Amino acid sequence: MAQRHMTTIVSLTLLALVLLAWEFLPPALDVPRFIIPTLSDCLAEFQRMWAFEGLWTHIVSTALYTALGFAIGSLLGAVLGYLLGMSAFWEKVLSPYILALQIAPKVAFAPLFIMWFGYNSIPKLLVTVLIVFFPVLVNVLQAMRTVDRDLINLARAYNLSRLGIFWKIEMPSTVPNLMAGLRIASTLAVIGVTVGELVGGNTGLGFLISYGGGQANAAMVFNAIILLTVIGFVLYSALVRIEERVLHYLPKAHG
Amino acid sequence: MALEFRSVTKRFPTNSGEELTAVQDVNFRVEQGEFVSAVGPSGCGKSTILSMTAGLYQPTEGEVLVSGEPVKGPNTHVGFMLQKDLLLPWRNIISNIEFGLESRGVGKEQRRARAMQELKHCHLEGFDQQYPYQLSGGMRQRAALARTLAIDPEIILLDEPFSALDAQTKLLLQNSFAKTIAEAGKTTLLITHDLAEAVLMSDRILVLSERPGTVIADIKVDLPHRDEPIKRRTLPEVADYAAQLFKLLKLEEKAA
Repeated sequence: MAQRHMTTIVSLTLLALVLLAWEFLPPALDVPRFIIPTLSDCLAEFQRMWAFEGLWTHIVSTALYTALGFAIGSLLGAVLGYLLGMSAFWEKVLSPYILALQIAPKVAFAPLFIMWFGYNSIPKLLVTVLIVFFPVLVNVLQAMRTVDRDLINLARAYNLSRLGIFWKIEMPSTVPNLMAGLRIASTLAVIGVTVGELVGGNTGLGFLISYGGGQANAAMVFNAIILLTVIGFVLYSALVRIEERVLHYLPKAHG
Repeated sequence: MALEFRSVTKRFPTNSGEELTAVQDVNFRVEQGEFVSAVGPSGCGKSTILSMTAGLYQPTEGEVLVSGEPVKGPNTHVGFMLQKDLLLPWRNIISNIEFGLESRGVGKEQRRARAMQELKHCHLEGFDQQYPYQLSGGMRQRAALARTLAIDPEIILLDEPFSALDAQTKLLLQNSFAKTIAEAGKTTLLITHDLAEAVLMSDRILVLSERPGTVIADIKVDLPHRDEPIKRRTLPEVADYAAQLFKLLKLEEKAA
């Protein structure tokens, strides 16, 4: 307990130091505010954005598409992962294509999606779905391959059907990997939405980044980046909480 | 009789294209309520025998009969236990014990009642809501035995269930298993490489040869206290039986 107290104190002290350095170092070194705006510049800009740029709408839009893209992408990834995990044949047939798509830089698809679907919300949603899809798929597939054979034999000896084996053995066995995949995917979801908004669109924090960049308004860009990080952090933390509840049966490494 | 192997041979295809004969012309019978052990060098096909009894795969030649009926696939007559307890970590102990009953159309309340009964038989009262990681290795194996007994199998197959335990836990668990199995009156086939364990727990011991495995001796253990290995352990004859097995397995020659 004392140890935890200590880490919190040190961690907060570090934060305070960084904020102080941010506020006082750039002026002391004569760095202009369009290169590095200070903390108070950013806060002032935040108020301005809130009042005049409709910041709240942009935040909601980005958060919504992050969550939506994450949900659709991970659902598709998990479903396909389980389906391929049940069929060694299709897994072998499809694995080179999956690997190729996994390696291909997903954000590079954004301009293509805009050409296909226009300047609306579909391209950013698609980029997000695409980028979220693979870590979930790969994690689930990997876990399906490594389910304990003896557990499956036990279930067979107890006369469980193929579907019964899936629901009672394979599915729960793979949950830890699924959760790990979802955690990775949650951090990628923010990237997907940001890229989509950067490339085309007039809403969202990604748009504010390109808009602010065009006006040499570094404070706006800073604020947008920080808010994007917050959105990703909230999603990630929610997943960690869910994971703790779902995987309560695993022995904990730290008391 | 409860279990019979009739001239059973099992060959597996290998990656090199050649066939590997795991067991050859295995013949033995286990009578109702009998506790029989199979001992042999590693790779003698002990686990193959077990898997064929459980119906996980079929013999290449010959027949395996459980209660007079040929084994065609996984069936409800046989319950098996391995060195690994195979408890499902995401289920608490009581629903782990219920696991085998779930595919049998037993009602929820009946399942719970049955599982509670076995929990008691295996001396795990009060641990029903715990998760496997909260239990010691010995307790986990007892929970696995409870799960095996819950389906009320005609035969229990034990594949080295004590080999991962420390010496003391092993003795206590052997005793507890022997008692529980004797009380339940179950026919049991124990696969082990521990010769003392075989002598302490069995009515009869089958000695298998090296691969391809076949039965080279069938020894009747004529000692009391089959249901209490800890008592049987003190009898002087135990050493003689162990020595006999030792000789049959040619362990001296191998040590030289």
